[in-house]
This record gives sequence, C-alpha cells and structure tokens, in this order.
Amino acid sequence: MAPLTAPNRPKDDLVVRGARVLDPAKGVDAVLDVRVDGGTIAELGADLDANGHRVIDGAGLVLAPAFVDPHVHLRTPGREDEEDIRSGTRAAAAGGYCAILAMPNTDPVVDSAAVLGSLRERARAEAEIPVGFLAAITKGQAGDELTEMVELAEAGAAGFTDDGQPVASPGLLRRALQYGAAAGPTIALHCEERTLTRGGQMHEGETSAELGFGGYPSIAESLMVARDLALARYEERPVHLLHLSARESAEELGRARDDGVAATGEVTPHHLCATDDLVRSLDANTKMNPPLRAEEDRAALVEALRDGTIGAIATDHAPHARHEKEVPFEGAPFGVTGLETAFSVLYTRLVEPGVIPLETLLERMSAGPARVYGLEPPRIARGAEANLVLLDLAGAWRVEESGFRSKSANSWLLGETLVGRVALTVAGGRVAFAA
Amino acid sequence: MADVRPLVRDELLPPKPPERRHLISIGDLTRDDVERLLTLARTFAGTLDRDVKKLPTLRGRTVVNLFYESSTRTSSSFELAAKRLSADVMSIKASGSAVDKGESLKDTALTIGCYDPDVIVIRHPEIGAPNLVARFTEAHVVNAGDGKHQHPTQALLDLYTIVEELGSIDGLHVAIVGDVLHSRVARSDIQALRLMGARVTLVGPPPLIPRGIEAMGCEVSHEIDTIRDADVVYVLRMQKERMLAGANYVPSLREYTARWGVTPERLRPGQKVMHPGPMNRGVEIDGAVADAADALIERQVRSGLAVRMAVLYDLLTHGPVGVKVAEIQAVA
Repeated sequence: MAPLTAPNRPKDDLVVRGARVLDPAKGVDAVLDVRVDGGTIAELGADLDANGHRVIDGAGLVLAPAFVDPHVHLRTPGREDEEDIRSGTRAAAAGGYCAILAMPNTDPVVDSAAVLGSLRERARAEAEIPVGFLAAITKGQAGDELTEMVELAEAGAAGFTDDGQPVASPGLLRRALQYGAAAGPTIALHCEERTLTRGGQMHEGETSAELGFGGYPSIAESLMVARDLALARYEERPVHLLHLSARESAEELGRARDDGVAATGEVTPHHLCATDDLVRSLDANTKMNPPLRAEEDRAALVEALRDGTIGAIATDHAPHARHEKEVPFEGAPFGVTGLETAFSVLYTRLVEPGVIPLETLLERMSAGPARVYGLEPPRIARGAEANLVLLDLAGAWRVEESGFRSKSANSWLLGETLVGRVALTVAGGRVAFAA
Repeated sequence: MADVRPLVRDELLPPKPPERRHLISIGDLTRDDVERLLTLARTFAGTLDRDVKKLPTLRGRTVVNLFYESSTRTSSSFELAAKRLSADVMSIKASGSAVDKGESLKDTALTIGCYDPDVIVIRHPEIGAPNLVARFTEAHVVNAGDGKHQHPTQALLDLYTIVEELGSIDGLHVAIVGDVLHSRVARSDIQALRLMGARVTLVGPPPLIPRGIEAMGCEVSHEIDTIRDADVVYVLRMQKERMLAGANYVPSLREYTARWGVTPERLRPGQKVMHPGPMNRGVEIDGAVADAADALIERQVRSGLAVRMAVLYDLLTHGPVGVKVAEIQAVA
C-alpha cells in the first residue's frame, strides 16, 4: 500500500505564468509557463494556452518542486489541543510542503495496524496535503518488544521509528534491522545515549556551564550514531538518522557512507541556523532535543548538508501548548514548531548570505527527504503529479504568533524578520495554500 | 531674525521613567553598578548600629518575597532589609500556598501582580523562574536564587565582605572549593569577582567542575593544595539535595572530605575563609576552620542585610549615581 494518504478531494486545473521554473534534479532553470490539468503537469513552455484554467501570475517568483518534511509531530491521537491532522497539514501547506511524515510518539503510540488505519482514515477526510505515518519500532516505544512490522507495513506505515526515544538495547535494534528487512520501510533512529543526558536541559558546553544547566553532551548523540551505524553495517541494512545535531555525528555518518553503509541523515532548520547562545534568553522556545549546539557543530552540519552527507532537511515540528512552554526553562517540554518558517529561515540565513546555493536548499527540502523513505520525489515535468511551490524570494515578513496555521506557536523565531515567502503550494495535484 | 525653535511636544512632557530594571544575574551589572551598590551598602551599614534602625526611604513601597525553596538567611535578610527601609513586606512560601494546589508560576505571578508590588524577590528551584516573573508582572524582580543559575545578592554581599576585610578586590586570588556544578553561588561569584578584577581558581573533584566553565575567565584545579595560593578560600556546600540519585559525582562524602575538605592543615595562616551557608561541618569544611578568626562567615551574613537594602533602594530609585549616594547619605 502506498505510504502517503492523500486527502479525498478533487484535483485542480491551473496555469502558473512566467515564473522562474527551477527543478535542480531535472536541470531545469528557465522562465516558463506551467499548466496543470486535473492535478497533473500537462505542459511546460512559453505562452501556454490557459484552457480556461485558473491563472496564477508567477512573474518575479520561483516555481520549484514542493517540499517534503520527513519529520513532523502531528500530536494526533492524544494531544489534538496542540495539533491535529487538519491544522498540521494546513501549516505544512503554508510552509510549501506537498507531503509530510508524522511521527508515531502519540498517545496511544502508533504501534498497531488499528491505530495506523484510523489515522489514515482521518487523513483522507481532514488533511490538506498528503500525509504518511511512521509506526513504532517497539510496542509503546518502550524498547522491549518489536511491533508487528510486516502487518504495519502492509497497513501503509511509511517507516519505523521510536523517535523521541532511542532504541536503547543494541540486541533489540539488531532484531529490528533483521526483521525490518521482511517488512520493507526505512528504519529511522533517534540517537541518544540516555545515561549521558540524564538531567540535561541544553548542549553541554561553555553556555551550559555558565547558566548552570545540566548538559546534553554531543557525545551522547555521536556515540549512539556510531553504534547504530555499526549495527547497520553488520546487518547490511539501511538506517536513517533523525535530527543530527553534532559535528561528530555528521563525521560518523560521512565515514560510514564512504564505506558503503546505506545510511542517510537529516538535519533541522534550527540546528543549521542557531546555536546554544540563544538559550541565554532562558526562553523555553529555545529548548529542544537534540539541543542547539556550538557554532562549530552548526558549521559542520551546514557543510554536511552542502556536500550531501546529510541529504534531508526535516523540521522536527513539535507543537506544544502555550501553558506548557510558559514555565521556567527547566520545566518546559522539548521541541519547537518549524513547518511555517523552515524555508524562510533557511533562505534568509543560508542562501541569501551565499552559504549554500538555492538549488541545494530546494533539493534537500524535497527530493532528498523523499528518497530517504522511498517516496516519489516531487518534480516539474510533463506527466508528473503537480507538487509545486511558488516562492517570493524578495518577500520579507515578520514571524508572529497570530500568523501561524499550526495550533501551537512555540517557534524559536517569534519576532524575527525573514526573507522569502511561500506564495502558493500545490500538493498532490491540488492547490493547498495560496497567500 | 534669529530662528526660534518651537518646543516639540516631547519636551513639554515630564521625562519618561527609566526602563524597569531587575537584578537577575550578575551579568546584568557593570563594574560601575557594583561599585555604586557597594557604596550604598556601606552607607546603609552605618545606619545598622543606631538605636532606631528604620529609615523612611521606601515608605509606601511594597516588596513581595516569593520563596519556592527553603531559606533562612536570604529570606530573613530580604525581609528585614525591606522593613528597615519602611517598605510594606509580604512573604509567601510555596508550601501552604496555592502552589500546593498546583498553581503555575505564571498564575502565581499574575496573582501577586494584582497587588502592584514594586519589587518581587523570588527564589525558585528552576533556572529562569525570575525571568518568567519579570515577563508577567510590572514589578522589579530580584533573583534570590534560581536553581543552579544565579544568586546575585549573595555575590554582592561576598564582594562587600571581601572589600570590608581586605580593602580591595582587584588583583586578589580567590579559590572556590567544592561542588561548583550545583552551585548558583559559584556562578554568581565567578562573574562578580572577575568583573571586579580578581583571579579565580575553581578547586574540586572533576565531576563537580562543569565542562567549559573556564570560559567564564577562571582557572580549574583538581588538587586541594592549590588553595594555599589564594588570598580567600571560598568553600561551597556539598549540595546533596541537588544531586541526581545514582549519578556518582563522588563515591562517598567520606572520600570527598578526605581529599577536598578544607581543614586547618590545608590552609596557610592569614588566609580568609568564606562559606555561603548553611555549612556541612565535617564535610566540606572542618569545624575548626569555620570557627577560626580568619573565617568571615558571620560577617557575610551581616553584610547581607546592608547589601540587600542597597539593592532594593537602588532598584526603586533612579537618577545619577552621585546624586543617589548623596541623597541616601543625607537621609542617613
């Protein structure tokens, strides 16, 4: 069963006129018209006939393959006060995404075909864009017993992960890798050695020493990255490493890939754009797991993204209720939202200053994450399903609480001015967002 | 004809009140601020020996003490400091209050804010609690200790004590000994001592010295003999209550004391010894050291009153430093 669940709604006809069409994978970079008939890209060319379709003026804008977010917390079932399928996918559409993958650390955990099936049913009715659901590796994410991975895969699990928790036991992870081969979907790992992060609140370093916070040392991540890669190598199985944050982790991944291990990695916008210096504000919206780290870590992650060691950008969109974040830093839950700011902050902080090319950013937000989970990469080509994002690279905007489609506003970027706006998102052949 | 510049509207209005100030971290202060506060404290200390000790300075002002952790010296000295300045004081302890019923800090702050307090003094086990109170009230906020983060008035009273005893801080060598990891006093003292030109060495077992703390401008040693080089030996309390169970920071208090306890044999004559209290006699400090003539521990407590009077006064009055000092001297 295809892992993405598309909303049960009619496809659209439209023409985007005069945009700079940019599809790095297809090598397209030209000012063109694009016509979509019934949700499928029908034609690319100059001065296309509108055929009576809705016409969108793309002059001065960039039209690219829409984004894929491989790491979203939709908080459903269980915490629909923080996010639900509708609000989360609307937020994603506003961020330029044509598909997102939801993590299974919900209440109850997505560890049975029954829970997965009900989520997929709700997504068909409520989602704004196609959604995939990952299932847990272990029952209840408790780290003791494997889930029924084959049945879950048949029920449409997009992948397997205990995200939020490491698979602490190497013996159990080995079994998951072995048995997962029979199931199929990608196994994604949250790398954290918990005995090194007990009581931790932020990256262990000069800032934590000064502020007095217990630390999450980089080695708590990189040690687990090394272990997981060693098991993947031994079992000759692919693994995907979630939200990498430390320089040493990126180095481990690079070495393993060079040695032929089928490992992939993802990185978040906040780890690419910010450091633990932000925590000095003691604002709970700078608290996430893994934590913001040092400048040398940030720089190493950007480099790994540029050279392709890390092939995917993931928001780790983690909505939290306001009252849970309006507490002293130490009492606040980990996590920040990201769907609606990801492209803009990365464009503002990395592309505009010339740190990475726009083409690289577009690839790592779209085809890169799609490939990790074996999804069809969005592309701009005749006959392809229309998954398009229209970007206004000159548009400046201020990140404000009132502007979010997400039910939660725990963004680390509140009050910041960003450059680059999403003007239109076409997801799964339908217009999911128009500014 | 000469240009006559019309007055703009802003010039006709009374001057804007200065920005609301808080004392949350020593990092909020400049060297000038510290010197002004120490001068003020000295002035107030002079009033403490009189028969009638009350000053009318903060009459009509309201100070709320909000304590979420047990405290003897800090809460009593803030309370007395406010009373000596004629402020109305309300002291709220977490136990026996709505906190027991699960009220959040935000709601407690909003509730207290309804009484329009001028100052809220807060002690809380979590880092950042004073910042949150500052966000949700209009009061000046004084941090009386937030988790392992900061305890700025302790650092100010420590500076005051050192200046009174040794004349100056510039160029002094201070050794801070013991459980630095869990100590907000250590963090505030390192910042304060460095700000005032002292050399600071941290001494203790490696697991209790946080990685990266050298960036605060101090040196680190794991050898207790290092303290012999210092002018002042500042002994920290072993904070058993903040240690995670099973974390094994030290194998036992017995071994800690044998290796890092401050005993008469490990000191040289004339070295001053300080401790923020409460002491664990026989653990981090030998009773003989605590009771010796060179121990400044009771003096620290006495300094606390004058320094906290200075902090409250300084936050609630504005204007040039010189004027302020002259004013208070006139009152005194």
